[in-house]
Amino acid sequence: MSTLEIKDLHVSIDTDQGNIPILRGVTLTINTGETHAIMGPNGSGKSTLASTIAGHPRYKVDSGSITLDGEDVLSMSVDERARAGLFLAMQYPVEVPGVTMTNFLRTAKTALDGEAPSLRHWTKDVKTAMSKLRIDADFAQRNVNEGFSGGEKKRVEILQLELFRPKFAILDETDSGLDVDALKVVSEGVNREHSKGEMGTLLITHYTRILRYIKPDFVHVFIAGRIAEQGGPELADRLEEEGYDRFTTVEA
Amino acid sequence: MAETTHTDITPDTPLDGGISALDEKARLGSATVGRASIDGFTEEGERLPGGDDGTEQLGFKKHSHGNAPVIPEASRGERRRSFDLADFPPLTGQEEDWRFTPLKRLRGLHTDDLTGPAPAIEVTGAGNVTVETVGRGDARLGKGATPEDRVSAAAWNAFSEATVITIPRETVAEGEVMVSITGRSAEPAAQYILIRAEQFSRAVVVLDHGGSVALAQNVEIVVEDGAELTVVSVQEWDDDAVHVSSQQAKIGRDARYKHVVVSLGGDLVRLTPSSIFSAPGAEVEMYGLYFADAGQHLEQRLLVDHATPNCTSRVTYKGALQGQDAHTVWVGDVLIRKAAEGTDTYETNRNLLLTDGARSDSVPNLEIETGLIEGAGHASATGRFDDEHLFYLMARGIPEKAARRLVVRGFLTEVIQQIRVPALEERLSESVERELAAGNL
Ligand SMILES: Nc1ncnc2c1ncn2[C@@H]1O[C@H](COP(=O)(O)OP(=O)(O)OP(=O)(O)O)[C@@H](O)[C@H]1O
Ligand SMILES: [Mg+2]
Repeated sequence: MSTLEIKDLHVSIDTDQGNIPILRGVTLTINTGETHAIMGPNGSGKSTLASTIAGHPRYKVDSGSITLDGEDVLSMSVDERARAGLFLAMQYPVEVPGVTMTNFLRTAKTALDGEAPSLRHWTKDVKTAMSKLRIDADFAQRNVNEGFSGGEKKRVEILQLELFRPKFAILDETDSGLDVDALKVVSEGVNREHSKGEMGTLLITHYTRILRYIKPDFVHVFIAGRIAEQGGPELADRLEEEGYDRFTTVEA
Repeated sequence: MAETTHTDITPDTPLDGGISALDEKARLGSATVGRASIDGFTEEGERLPGGDDGTEQLGFKKHSHGNAPVIPEASRGERRRSFDLADFPPLTGQEEDWRFTPLKRLRGLHTDDLTGPAPAIEVTGAGNVTVETVGRGDARLGKGATPEDRVSAAAWNAFSEATVITIPRETVAEGEVMVSITGRSAEPAAQYILIRAEQFSRAVVVLDHGGSVALAQNVEIVVEDGAELTVVSVQEWDDDAVHVSSQQAKIGRDARYKHVVVSLGGDLVRLTPSSIFSAPGAEVEMYGLYFADAGQHLEQRLLVDHATPNCTSRVTYKGALQGQDAHTVWVGDVLIRKAAEGTDTYETNRNLLLTDGARSDSVPNLEIETGLIEGAGHASATGRFDDEHLFYLMARGIPEKAARRLVVRGFLTEVIQQIRVPALEERLSESVERELAAGNL
């Protein structure tokens, strides 16, 4: 069992207008096998939390800590974090010029495992995972995310989740831009991996609809860089009915 | 690449100014300038429109039409061609075809007598191919190519001996013809090489340039009817080398010609590869790969001259740049003359900026004098490998250096694979890796 522990995290970014604080004391613990949903309005800092865990250089950690089984995540480079078992499915996956999916997946898998995957099994694994996520086989020969639709990019993120098998998956609005069918396919992918019992999931979303497919154990409401309220799945139902107004008015 | 522009022109495509390709001669031309140091700008003064998904500054940027068109001369087809040096006025740097070249770094190739010793030539491989060293009076020289600029004319007038490589009629060369060209002097020198692929012959000829030179070179290539010839020109010069080379090919009926440029080393390398169709039914492919480091100037100016009906041409050039003042230039002139009905052509250039401070100029230029064509198009895109790409790859466990390598290797492999000489492909892949390593990436 692994534990990802975030304690009193304060994060800011440098902009032309100066330094802006975004996360203002986030504390959260996720264990293997648990699914935590983070819900919050636009601009509340959800992606900032996700990117900070992954180590995006834009975000400056002013105080607080992130540890993975006691190891200091904040002192690791981006690639070290991934190799330690953290995976971020990005809200806006970038298009990487010149690198085919095949080549990218194999290179990443090799880096994550410290050795090249057995070619025969790997090719088969990739094929199977792609077909389960209903990704066309010829995507393998295309450059990473290049010209993929929003929905295709999200499927490819979950493809990586299934192939790389992280200890903790942070899914940043994986549901956005997906139609109902795609949402099901993608959710099934997450559930397949989760059901193996070796992964903890942090599911970031703006809407409740993905929670019909991926059942959270805990729901955290994120407002203005802080967790404003937390509870079980029933909290999501309440948000579904009431929206974020209750919280944002309190904030204001 | 992510955002590629392409223009496909069919007989009904309205061209700039609303003129239909069917009507009259039309011209498409525009410049793309990528400057790594200005985020979000890849064209002269133009802010590219982007989506709201945060990716607009990433990946490849298109160049657009109607934006600062470059109109070089009345017509590319009317550029002066002559063996007489006096027909080309001394260069000022203002000339359309020299405007990107830093003349000061030419080491006098455009001003001095080219009296230095020509680089040594050694030809190996393919025993059934004829190699001769001939005097400048040999009647075969200059039949298939005529200088188009001052340096090329100067080189024509200065060489004393030429190397003539002939693939005899109906002969398939036994293996590649490796022509190693090794410079050992920095004095301005001239060199002339003639490659003749006689009717229905087949061969791959590799011009492998290394060492140190200040060289004005003419490579004349004659591809006779039904012949199939690949010419690969590899520039792995020493850091101080200056190389200006005209590589003109005259293409016969139903012939197939492939030209591959690989420019890696040298202070200034300026190649002008041309393919000039002289009879119908021929096919040309022109590929290029260049990798410019800090301070290097690598320039390639192509001409595909469709003067006869039913010929096909494809041009694919790719460049990577890294380091302060790395500069690359690609100009692709494609001319579809009135007689060239049934032409099918497409040209593309892509550049990848790996660091700040590098600059790539890309100018596709398509002139169409007949509407009765199969198709004509071009694409030009300059992209940068930036922090977001790096973050994405590193977030998947790939260390920084490996991530950069992955991108560059993937980007350039397409061209290397076209050489189809395994040993050379391998050597060049290694050279590209070395370039990357040298940039401390
Ligand atoms: N690069 C940046 N420059 C300026 N402001 C930024 C930048 N990145 C984030 N912010 C600001 O930080 C705040 C939090 O942004 P973040 O992307 O974390 O929100 P979010 O909860 O993920 O929103 P969404 O639901 O829209 O994805 C916002 O006010 C946003 O405008
Ligand atoms: Mg977000």
